[in-house]
Amino acid sequence: MQVYYFTEQPYYPTWEHHNGSLRVNLPNKAADPLTAGDLFHRYYDEWKRADELGYNIMVNEHHQTATCMSSTVIVGLSVLARETKKARILVLGYPIGHRPDPLRCAEELATIDVISRGRLDMGFIKGVPYEFPASNQNPVGVMDRFWEAHDFIIKAMTSHDEPFNWEGEFFHYRQVNIWPRPVQQPHPPVWTTTGNKAQARLLGEKGYVMATLGSGYATRPLYEAYRAGYLAKWKKPAPADRLAYLGLVAVADNEAEARRRGELIAGYLRSSAIVHVPFRNPPGFLTVDDNARMLRGESAPRSFTKDGRPVDMHHGSVQDLIDAGILFCGTPDQVHDQIIDFTGYCGGMGNLLMMGHAGFLTHEDTMDNLELFSKHVMPRLKAFKQPVADATAAA
Amino acid sequence: MPDAIKSLVVNGTTIEAIEKGQGRPILFLHPGIGIDPAAPVLTALARGGRVIAPSHPGFGTSQLPKGMTSVDDIAYFYLDLLDQLDLHDVLLVGVGLGGWIAAEIAVKNTTRLSRLVMANAVGVKIGDRETRDIVDIWSLMPGEFNALAYADPKAGEIDYKNLPQAESLAAARNREAHARVAWSPYMHNPKLKNRLHRINVPTLFLWGAADRILSETYGRGYCGLIPGVKFEPIAKAGHFPHIEQPDEFARRVLAFAEAAPAAQAKRI
Repeated sequence: MQVYYFTEQPYYPTWEHHNGSLRVNLPNKAADPLTAGDLFHRYYDEWKRADELGYNIMVNEHHQTATCMSSTVIVGLSVLARETKKARILVLGYPIGHRPDPLRCAEELATIDVISRGRLDMGFIKGVPYEFPASNQNPVGVMDRFWEAHDFIIKAMTSHDEPFNWEGEFFHYRQVNIWPRPVQQPHPPVWTTTGNKAQARLLGEKGYVMATLGSGYATRPLYEAYRAGYLAKWKKPAPADRLAYLGLVAVADNEAEARRRGELIAGYLRSSAIVHVPFRNPPGFLTVDDNARMLRGESAPRSFTKDGRPVDMHHGSVQDLIDAGILFCGTPDQVHDQIIDFTGYCGGMGNLLMMGHAGFLTHEDTMDNLELFSKHVMPRLKAFKQPVADATAAA
Repeated sequence: MPDAIKSLVVNGTTIEAIEKGQGRPILFLHPGIGIDPAAPVLTALARGGRVIAPSHPGFGTSQLPKGMTSVDDIAYFYLDLLDQLDLHDVLLVGVGLGGWIAAEIAVKNTTRLSRLVMANAVGVKIGDRETRDIVDIWSLMPGEFNALAYADPKAGEIDYKNLPQAESLAAARNREAHARVAWSPYMHNPKLKNRLHRINVPTLFLWGAADRILSETYGRGYCGLIPGVKFEPIAKAGHFPHIEQPDEFARRVLAFAEAAPAAQAKRI
């Protein structure tokens, strides 16, 4: 199992001073630029140390929000491509359906791959609902735009003999010929996320790495859909390295301290839904059927414990979140056992996306979390033998 | 009255339409919230002719043809519908988004139209680039929309939790279909303003005076771009005067339709 260390690079000092919305419409006067600079440097220092400790790295972006200062993944990727030496650098993700210019996305990502000497993992995402009021991209039909941007980026990265023409539904170019081309052939690995079974199957057919974020004990059906799609297309079981899971991780020498850290890292979940209500569900983001069910008040709970008890991921206790497979928390042995148990439930999972910092967790605690995990948990995860692939494909 | 709902197939796309009454054709184009088949305004309008009130492509249960992503597309769709039904001397009536569609139809071709009525229409940009002419309905808190859109906010209340499944599906489709064509540029077509001079049928601009989604300044500014137009406020009505004052709305529309041709010369 590979481990990617992730933080959202929050501007947490405002988390206790907002007017009901941390995203989109929280005025930016609430963030002091000098403090933001200090925080960025701190987060990059932590990633640099994570590289030395044997982690891979994950970065992301959100917009107009105190929950995540990274508003363009390319800045973070650029810094890390040069500052780190060994880590694979995963962007999860790049909201390409929002971008006006996929040519620029292809150029940027190819350059990152060149500077990092082939360490880029290229995650493309739809984006959360709150991105649409910021980007002003129409949420209706955004996945059509996403897939055209994807197709274009892949073609731009894999065309080397002559410029090509592109006149699609959304994007138009006359002489596409990116310089430099990426190091990894035919292109850096593609990752994406989903919470939808039909999409999971499609991703299996494409053979891309599929990540689910905090999906806990609702993960297995998504993985099964992926595996079915993969098997149908590739005539062999999906390897575990095609599947990734983002979980919160809090480790400490003793359980009490780990739970204190777990509570702080859960600050991510507690803050992430503090958004002006209308921005939570822009028209067209969910399907018509899902929206109709919401209108009738029939929305199903998202998070469950292993034995089926619903958990509110935004307000649940540390114990609830542990039970729901959303937070891995405790001593190194406990965390190891929780992750292995969860991986078994998934039928195999080859990439742990470790949110090891959030909110008010201090630099010292974050570093200790990283050090302990890398010393006592990661080696065992790296050596872990995934469940036999064909057994899980048949499951 | 489900027996009044018909299916129409235009260029392979099936849409639903309510039909009522007989006589001169009245094509009623609904606003972004869709159309209630039992809306009293349709009965009131049917006293003066044959009302055809379709759900726009993508709204209600109407199909959405591939590639139909703008009000411009919808306007061409209705021009095809007018041809297909071979309608003449059509009284074209649109409210809100429907007013915008009506204007986009009228700037393209008025051959089959006799008169145009636009009520609390969106569709153009009047203020400067940093002035939001039209309240951003997709940034409003629940309840705020009704408070701004109606003279009496209770008129807009819907018990969504107890809606039949078909109606909740239609409401969800309406919301999505509205945003498909009006998300950005928000509720307008930057090109329309410079085309409105082409409207060469007598036009009435009705205005639910309590509308706070749009300002009267916006309405009068829009109206001023249309040749020979009449502006008539309707009291005790907001953004949807056809819902809050259905009889008064129909009375104004039908009176306008019956009046002698306005002083403005019909060009052509």
